[in-house]
Amino acid sequence: MKVKLRNPDREVQVRGGRPVGSVLEERGIAVDSVLVIRAGELITREMRVRDEDELEIRPVISGGVR
Amino acid sequence: MRCRSCRGDAVIEIRRHHAAFCTEHFFTMFRTQVEKAIRRHQMMAPGDRILLAVSGGKDSLALWDVLLDLGYDVTGLYLGLGIAEYSDRSHDVARAFAAKRRARLLTVDLRRDYGYDIPTAGRRGSRSTCAVCGLSKRYVFNRAALEGDFDVVATGHNLDDEAATLLGNTLRWQTDAIARQSPALPGRDGMVKKVKPLHRLSELETAAYAFLRGIDYVVEECPLVAGNTQLRYKEAMNAIEQTSPGTKSQFFLGYLERGMPLFRSEDRAELRPCESCDQPTTGRFCAFCRARAQILGHRLGTDPGADLEPSDREVAQELSEEVLPAEIYARAAR
Repeated sequence: MKVKLRNPDREVQVRGGRPVGSVLEERGIAVDSVLVIRAGELITREMRVRDEDELEIRPVISGGVR
Repeated sequence: MRCRSCRGDAVIEIRRHHAAFCTEHFFTMFRTQVEKAIRRHQMMAPGDRILLAVSGGKDSLALWDVLLDLGYDVTGLYLGLGIAEYSDRSHDVARAFAAKRRARLLTVDLRRDYGYDIPTAGRRGSRSTCAVCGLSKRYVFNRAALEGDFDVVATGHNLDDEAATLLGNTLRWQTDAIARQSPALPGRDGMVKKVKPLHRLSELETAAYAFLRGIDYVVEECPLVAGNTQLRYKEAMNAIEQTSPGTKSQFFLGYLERGMPLFRSEDRAELRPCESCDQPTTGRFCAFCRARAQILGHRLGTDPGADLEPSDREVAQELSEEVLPAEIYARAAR
């Protein structure tokens, strides 16, 4: 499964056939710190992803001073 | 996962509420939290002219969107910081949003209007990049609000921002800064009222709102922010939140309810017009004019001691009712 990561933008291959939460855990990503986007839609951590899926894991944290 | 309200398919889980929501009911929850914030802290009234600080990020655009939907009279103000492609992209998405929503967007450009940009300021001044950026923003937003006859300045600070700031101030027991950390700061003596209507909503929620509303926002992080202290505090809070959902909201919203009254500050220095720009200050020259003079290599006034460099803490306190730890301690971000 192709996964797009941000900041900086890059792509990685991970194994599908499991819940999104497992993918996040494997990569050490806190579930509340990202949006997970599949085919233009948000998906929640218990949803299963397949090897043919393409995901974007988009961080929500912003820093600096507004 | 099912929507708490309708049992339909959920698109987002809010673990601190032990709940998940479909798109429609997430929007309802989001707007309700903004309305609650506005009402509880008497942030704004129908008919008020609101100036919204727009960065092009998820928070400011989400706030603009929801305030327009709630019927408020909101004008955006974009401040060009001169941070290469990052600023160009930020300005583009702010303009695109304004055009799509037929909203008014004002633009101030630091280089064009004040003679410097943030990367230059970070190299030439004595302040950290984040400190001079924050100082510039607060100055420009307040001045633009005064000159444009706006009633309120609104910013997109969210729950994570506020919790991280409170953590930083608490770790150092900056009691004066803690006392000023309110979601609504009343106007006084040339300082326009400032409000943070997103303070009850997390970054996850503002990002999800922006995404689900189809708002194009800048996902990229400011390239100058690496090492920022505020980010490290956020990461620390997120580590706790991961195993104890709700900690952030208990910390900050609990502070507002039970802690803030204990930190009331009576020490309010008298403000007077800056001798250079007429904006409010406690000394002869405001922190912004002192910083700008240093960056541009100018002198302020004829008195050799007039533009002596104050401490970073004095600088941050002088113009703002709020002191962010990132601005004071973020030397690593220079």
